Amino acid sequence: MNEWIDIGRVEDIPLQGARVVRTPQGDVAVFRTIHDEIFALRDRCPHKGGPLSQGIVSGKTVTCPLHNWNIALDTGEAVAPDKGCSGHFPVKVVEGKISLLLPVERVKRASVS
Amino acid sequence: MAKEKLVLVGNGMAGMRTLEELLKAAPDMYAITVFGSEPYGNYNRILLSPVLAGEKVFHDILLNDEPWYRTHGIALHKNCEVTKIDRRARKVIAQDGTAVDYDRLLLATGSNPVILPVPGNNLAGVITFRDIKDVDTMISASQNLRHAVVIGGGLLGLEAANGLKQRGMHVTVVHLSQTLMERQLDETAGGMLQRSLEERGVEFLLGAQTEEIIGKNRVQGVRFKDGRETTADLVVMAVGIRPNIELAKQSGLYCERGILVNDTLQTYDPRVYAVGECVQHRRQTYGLVAPLFEQAKVCADHLAKLGIRRYQGSMTSTKLKVTGIDVFSAGDFTGNDQTESIVLRDPGVGVYKKVVLQDNRLLGAVMIGDTLDGAWYFQLMREGTDISAFRSRLLHGQAHLGDAGHGGANAVVAMQDQAEVCGCNGVCKGEIVEAIIGKKLFTLEDVRAHTKASSSCGSCTGLVEQILAMTLGGDYSASPKEKPLCPCTEYTHDEVRAQIRERHLTSIAAVMQHLEWKNPDGCHRCRPALNYYLISTWPAEVKDDYQSRFINERAHANIQKDGTYSVVPRMWGGVTTPDELRTIADVVDKYHIPTVKLTGGQRVDMLGVKKEDLPKVWADLNKGGLVSGHAYGKALRTVKTCVGSEWCRFGVQDSTKMGVTLERMTWGSWMPHKFKMAVSGCPRNCAEATIKDFGVVAVDSGWELHVGGNGGVKVRVTDLLCKVASEQEVLEYCGAFIQLYREDARYLERTAPWVERVGLASIKQKIVENAAERKKLYARFLESQKYAQVDPWAARASAGVDRHEFIPLKQIA
Ligand code: SRM
Ligand SMILES: Cc1cc2nc3c(=O)[nH]c(=O)nc-3n(C[C@H](O)[C@H](O)[C@H](O)COP(=O)(O)OP(=O)(O)OC[C@H]3O[C@@H](n4cnc5c(N)ncnc54)[C@H](O)[C@@H]3O)c2cc1C
Ligand code: SF4
Ligand code: FES
Repeated sequence: MNEWIDIGRVEDIPLQGARVVRTPQGDVAVFRTIHDEIFALRDRCPHKGGPLSQGIVSGKTVTCPLHNWNIALDTGEAVAPDKGCSGHFPVKVVEGKISLLLPVERVKRASVS
Repeated sequence: MAKEKLVLVGNGMAGMRTLEELLKAAPDMYAITVFGSEPYGNYNRILLSPVLAGEKVFHDILLNDEPWYRTHGIALHKNCEVTKIDRRARKVIAQDGTAVDYDRLLLATGSNPVILPVPGNNLAGVITFRDIKDVDTMISASQNLRHAVVIGGGLLGLEAANGLKQRGMHVTVVHLSQTLMERQLDETAGGMLQRSLEERGVEFLLGAQTEEIIGKNRVQGVRFKDGRETTADLVVMAVGIRPNIELAKQSGLYCERGILVNDTLQTYDPRVYAVGECVQHRRQTYGLVAPLFEQAKVCADHLAKLGIRRYQGSMTSTKLKVTGIDVFSAGDFTGNDQTESIVLRDPGVGVYKKVVLQDNRLLGAVMIGDTLDGAWYFQLMREGTDISAFRSRLLHGQAHLGDAGHGGANAVVAMQDQAEVCGCNGVCKGEIVEAIIGKKLFTLEDVRAHTKASSSCGSCTGLVEQILAMTLGGDYSASPKEKPLCPCTEYTHDEVRAQIRERHLTSIAAVMQHLEWKNPDGCHRCRPALNYYLISTWPAEVKDDYQSRFINERAHANIQKDGTYSVVPRMWGGVTTPDELRTIADVVDKYHIPTVKLTGGQRVDMLGVKKEDLPKVWADLNKGGLVSGHAYGKALRTVKTCVGSEWCRFGVQDSTKMGVTLERMTWGSWMPHKFKMAVSGCPRNCAEATIKDFGVVAVDSGWELHVGGNGGVKVRVTDLLCKVASEQEVLEYCGAFIQLYREDARYLERTAPWVERVGLASIKQKIVENAAERKKLYARFLESQKYAQVDPWAARASAGVDRHEFIPLKQIA
């Protein structure tokens, strides 16, 4: 089952920047574009696992800090000609509050153990 | 609102390129109509020669077929010559009566081949070499006729002769002058070219002026002024071209040799634009595509109403497209009493190279046999590079410059398919060639995107360009101008920077808005460059944009392959103390830092620090008096020193103290690229000062100052700037040099390539010869340092700057 989890406010993330949400299944990178759109991707580049949260955000892409692959923020797909996907998570923003849809069972199980 | 109407007359190479550029810039702005007197879409005229030689077929050289015009909503009237322009009614009228209104009109009517005014020039079998029809005539002639005479020993004539010979005809080239291609080649080169063609069976009649073409209904022979005669079943006239200006003239547009246009490609009637071989711009007409494509770009820009760009004329280079015979020529290859030339000549293998120089800058080049370096020479010419540093090796080619990076890489032609071209991304020659052919790539950018070759350190760029040139042959013409800063813009580094200065732009958003950036917030390549140009131009006003900095400069540490960071504190002049070392040891223990290493820059690197720990690590280091070493920045890095006169038995000056003083003055400064210094206490030079951006070597009477060295990808030894006597002078010259570099070099250009590009002479002139200028530069440097010398670690460790950078947004369970 999936559940919406509050993670913070839009202004907690720098414009054209990203922050990390730590989850038991690994880090999630949450991005804010210049137009205040919010996206969430697994914080691992499909190339060699670079932390996408540390990249430069422009338009709706982020450039991985390790070897400059460009990853689309809305799908997690690498921009052609590179190939690969880093998985994305649904997000919603209500009155400036961001929530993230995460597989909750695994979250709970992990929090119990 | 109805779209404006644009009409193009002439769907050749220049006109259609303009439309393609226009569709890219403003796809929906106009309702477009195109007239072309040939019965096709449009094709690559340059490649008619390979078609004639049987190396390609028509289908290969088609650029846009009719469905393309339809998809783009363009009305094409092919086989339809425009015969009249009514400028008052703003209407063009074609031979068949078709009339179309325009708001803007683009003329691109090309040129017509010159036909010699001699008797018999209208006989059947007398043709020119301009379009597909001519090529068809030649191909069918070659099937049932024997003797071909080509009048004209220029580029076109020789390509025609070669093609007809390949198709089995007996070919004689008739030429007025004694040297082939005399406008592109000197006598020696012309002679060598002639011999290569003779070896293939082409015959020559030089110094021969045609008097008459003989024949009753068809051509039978050619007679010359001196009485000689030769048999001919086919005569190809390739004696030059004349801009096709009839239509423009009739409609009252001002013409001389060509249709006169200004720097925005407008004729005397501002609604009427013209591009291509039919135009005359600043007294020049052009007959090669590279300049026409530049015109097309500028013209499209103005049609799209984006225009700040100007066309300012072009420099051209020529290549002969005869497979197996390599000829290259550019610029002034004869020279005069102000110039010098260097010549390499090896008749044994058919190689001849000549470059003409003035004040150590290239004016022209001619090459036969080995033309691999043509693109490189042409670039040196265009950019006006000072070549004194590698003058003695100039003729050996680019591959022989600096063996460290290129390991004597030789002609790409001779390279094995498995040979690695790009060491960073492990891409070999075969993959690149395959991608170029399979994916139809034409530019360096395409190859970078698809293969990654040359997309990292860039040291193999020259090789990749050569592979492109080799694989594409005549299709590849390296863009004759400076490259744009990045794909988001058409402007070059220098243009962007000039605009920032002239218009007093103080934010990235303002630059992007004024210069009409294609992507609203740029990309990872332009944003860091713009940020640098802004902060270096207006240090007191501009707010540093952290989101436009690479992560290392944002987090003030170097990111590692596993996402952890490394931390390198400054060790002034490479000197440390027991307390500093204890502080480092304690930090390493406290934060479980896995690796401690001495760097190549005389300091200590702590590797594997977790990002969240960075502010705490810095706070502890700060307590022990240690600050950021900027090991991550396009900034001042290390100042290496040797022991010097304080201890060393050979030392003549206190190099350690000098190093510390220099580092104290310069730390914190942002630069186009990283900047390294070193100070040695005597000419034994233990600090390796002569491969640093700024190197100081002590001598008995003072200090030698060396600049432009590099120890990385491509080793370059410094040039001697000058010698000074006092410590204060060292500081002043150093500050002035850094400031000049900061203001003049392009982002990501280190001092070594910068010095080579602008020339040591120009740097000496500003820093050594002109004391007033030096003092001004030095003052500007000190001024900008006021804003730069803030320890970024302290700000983040204690003042809490950018806290969000180092802590997670949220921790879930
Ligand atoms: C740590 C160090 C290696 C070492 O363990 O000794 C090092 C490490 C790196 N070097 Fe270096 N270089 C180090 C001394 C050098 C030197 C030697 C020197 O400075 O005397 C050179 C050759 C001298 C020169 O620069 O001219 C050197 C030439 C390079 C180059 C090639 C630069 C060039 O212009 O050709 C790069 C690539 C670049 O900058 O684009 C590079 C890039 C790098 C980077 C930053 C690669 C990166 O982007 O991650 C490495 C960072 C590792 C890290 O996280 O710490 N490093 N690097 C040295 C740090 C010195 C310091 O105290 O700050
Ligand atoms: C065989 C050959 C080899 C060449 N090799 C090279 C080379 O290696 N490198 C290089 O840089 N350049 C080369 N060139 C030159 C290059 O092809 C020309 O510079 C270029 O094609 C000129 O472009 P343009 O648009 O000005 O003229 P064109 O390409 O000639 O286009 C003009 C078009 O307008 C049409 N037209 C004219 N008047 C009218 C009218 N009134 N109504 C309707 N249509 C009209 C013409 O039919 C023609 O199709 C070569 C040329 C030839 C012929
Ligand atoms: S430290 Fe320098 S030489 Fe060593 S692997 Fe990294 S970039 Fe290459
Ligand atoms: S790990 Fe992201 S580009 Fe290599």
